[in-house]
Amino acid sequence: MVTNSRPFSIKRMPGFSLLALACFFALYMPLAPLVFYSFNAGNNIALWEGLSLRWYVAAWENDLVQSAAIRSVVVAVIASVVATSLATMAALGTTRTRPYRGQTSIYAMVNQPLMVPEIVTAVALLILFALIKESTGYHGYAYLVSAHTAFCIPFAYLPIRARLEGMDRVLEAAAADLYATPWRTFTKVTLPLLLPGILAGAMLAFVISLDDVVITEFVKSAGQDTLPTYMLGQLRRTITPEINAISTVLLGVSVVMVAIIFFLSRKKT
Amino acid sequence: MSTEHISNNESFESLEVQAYQREVRRNLLLSTPALIVLFCAASGPLLIMLVFSFLTAGDYGGVKWQFSTEAWFQVAFYRDIFDETVSIANAHVSIFWRSIKLSFLTTLVAFVLGFPTAYFIATRPPETRSLWLFLVTIPFWTNLLIRTFAILEIIRNQGLVNTVLITLGVIDQPLDMLYTDIAILLGMTYVYIPLMILPIYASMERLDFRLVEAAYDLYATRWQVLARVILPLVKPGVVAGSILVFIPSLGAYVTPRILGGGKHLMIGNLIELQFGQGRNWPLGAALSLTLLVIVMGALMVYVRSAQKEGSGHGH
Amino acid sequence: MKTIFNSILSSLVLAVSGAAMAAGELNLYNWGNYTSPELIEKFEKETGIKVTITDYDSNETALAKVRAGGHGFDLAVPSHSHLPIWVSEGLIANPRVDQMPNFKNVAEEWRNPDWDPGRQYSAPWQWGSVGVMVDTSVYNGDINTFGIILDPPEELIGKINVAPEMNDVISSALLYLGGEACSGDKELLKKARDKLVEAKPKWKSMDYGVIEKFAGRDLAASLYWNGAAFRARLKNPDVRYGYPKEGYSLWADAVVLLKDAKNVEEAKTFMNFIMAPENAGLMSAFARYANSIVGSEKYMPEDMATAPEVVVPQEFIGAGKFYPTCSPEVQKIYTAIWTELQK
Repeated sequence: MVTNSRPFSIKRMPGFSLLALACFFALYMPLAPLVFYSFNAGNNIALWEGLSLRWYVAAWENDLVQSAAIRSVVVAVIASVVATSLATMAALGTTRTRPYRGQTSIYAMVNQPLMVPEIVTAVALLILFALIKESTGYHGYAYLVSAHTAFCIPFAYLPIRARLEGMDRVLEAAAADLYATPWRTFTKVTLPLLLPGILAGAMLAFVISLDDVVITEFVKSAGQDTLPTYMLGQLRRTITPEINAISTVLLGVSVVMVAIIFFLSRKKT
Repeated sequence: MSTEHISNNESFESLEVQAYQREVRRNLLLSTPALIVLFCAASGPLLIMLVFSFLTAGDYGGVKWQFSTEAWFQVAFYRDIFDETVSIANAHVSIFWRSIKLSFLTTLVAFVLGFPTAYFIATRPPETRSLWLFLVTIPFWTNLLIRTFAILEIIRNQGLVNTVLITLGVIDQPLDMLYTDIAILLGMTYVYIPLMILPIYASMERLDFRLVEAAYDLYATRWQVLARVILPLVKPGVVAGSILVFIPSLGAYVTPRILGGGKHLMIGNLIELQFGQGRNWPLGAALSLTLLVIVMGALMVYVRSAQKEGSGHGH
Repeated sequence: MKTIFNSILSSLVLAVSGAAMAAGELNLYNWGNYTSPELIEKFEKETGIKVTITDYDSNETALAKVRAGGHGFDLAVPSHSHLPIWVSEGLIANPRVDQMPNFKNVAEEWRNPDWDPGRQYSAPWQWGSVGVMVDTSVYNGDINTFGIILDPPEELIGKINVAPEMNDVISSALLYLGGEACSGDKELLKKARDKLVEAKPKWKSMDYGVIEKFAGRDLAASLYWNGAAFRARLKNPDVRYGYPKEGYSLWADAVVLLKDAKNVEEAKTFMNFIMAPENAGLMSAFARYANSIVGSEKYMPEDMATAPEVVVPQEFIGAGKFYPTCSPEVQKIYTAIWTELQK
């Protein structure tokens, strides 16, 4: 009989833990200089000249950054709210029902933005909006909002659908047995049960909209920079620690959002 | 509740049918708003792009409404400006090839690093598991620009990697990593690896380790267990992860732009060029559609391979 | 509930954009990293007009965008070589710059340029040259030649950048081969194309934003503009600017009023504003290029008075010329060469 130095673990794969830890290290290592240099007193992103918050102040006071940030948030809020509402309806219409013709086509179309590379959609929208702009002269925010809403829909749809699939109809049937109308069943039973999925979908849609670069870059008109497109412009020209500062703040926002989601999903189980 | 008197079988069936039809109508009605938005701002524009690919390029950008197949011709062929000889558009071919190659490599590296990571997380005790998941999810939710910028920061000549290597004495001149294909590969892998880890993890979480235990009981080596038991069982996750990495990297635009320095174009950059300095909108449209076709093709290959060997049970 | 939420948000959006509209606004479309923030601040303070700047990287991008319409800009800043194209395409209006109050400050030699006779369409922004930047710690041979880019010495291979600006690059190649910019000579153009294509593998990148790259020593040479070279030298003292002896192009950027501008009066105010000496000085202090306004020197940083990047050394003055826009046929060939090079 073979005696091992430690008990045989069926879950242990040689080298995997090392690779995994290396992977985690690799995931976080690049973020360290990014955050570190945002506190650089000098204005070179590679030469450390002392600790300072000046870049955070500069970014805060920078008009362009401010308006871009507000724009990003407003567009993201509108897009995620609308997208989540539409996605909820679509999820209700395609899940837990008897199969019907066109169901898979609907499913495909809802998820189409996930399958088509962003650059293709961006270019197609650029062309379409250029045509509309030429004939109507309108170049307001509707283009941006509608584009964002569209690509947020599948991101809101998937978590809602997943949640819906996990709900069996017992409770709703019980409500019906108690003489509740379909509408009351929906609002008092289905919707509350679905809420975690809807919230997850909304948050996902919000972040996706906030982060979008490619589609926004192609679709925006004069003075419609969002925070990511502003950063893209800066990255291609002057790179000052201001970008590090903005990035660190956005990173912080991501951390907070993920924490909230994890907290929410814990409560539900 | 309906308390209609049922007179005979046929009437009962027609009630059933009516109820079904009502349900279908309701479903379609519910889905319609989403579909309208998607058609207007996602699918519909693709059709317009198709139309544009058959128009003539305007002199300074835009299009002239004249039918022409010049754009499609230019996707694959090149007419020399000076001696009018026609040849295969080597530049386009090399860009497409570079994109496919880099995307494939990105997917491969993401898999090699991501699979063990997903496995690692899945085999942690439940209490710490959510912490590890949390750590993986944060980069996923961080803006792609920020992550690309982070890579830019560390591979430049005065960046972290070079500084460390020089201090350790491994090299004495900084390695020129920025603005190379390697830079793009590093950038894309870094950006997309969470998309490989999360789906594989989702599959692994459902893995019944009793099967693994059974395999060991039958004297399987670790390698055999990995290849013949674990991998086939998590195949859906691996396929999903590969799709989620391959497709976006094929159409990548931001990362090659920032890390490639304008010389190492990928398809996304080539397309964008046509709408800027290239002044050839129809060609841009044609190239986009070509990319779409390649992506759809890759998708079908993946999906089919997931369904082969009977391991895919479908949704 | 959703509708209430939505309307709150819509009003928020309107409030954000509407507030700006009340005070008078201006949309400036300019090269990236080219507009002095202090200049804008001063303008906003003095006039109460809120300025929004959108960046572009090249004349090509600007032209394409404006031509496509629906852009929403009031002012743009094309280079002299492109200005006639903008005029002939009907993209700009005629604000009679020569009749604006501050026009009297424009230096004599800039009042009637070939590309804008009578100076009616454009208010001068900044001008400069296209030359070669080299990090002399890597290579310290003769830098006053385009050979640095097209026939690079050993030490520089793989560390060269070329600005992705079509006209500048192709014209420079033509000059290097002994011809003139905008030459219609097909043979010469073919040689230029071949030379560029042959040199490209030796380059590292074709991008903007080189100042940091020189500071970080990621690049050692570049075909670029003099002002940027100056700013790079301030960060990395080994950087020198070379004036190619084969001939180099001079360029002048100017502010134009777009035909479909919404804020015409505000735009004209701005055009007049930049022709005042103290404002022109502020403008130059940022990007480090010379301007065309008399009396602005005393508002510019001292080092600009003697910097070789700004004050052309005697022996090279003759080699620099303003080249006009190329004829449409030549422009087509340029574009074709450029697309081929870009890949």
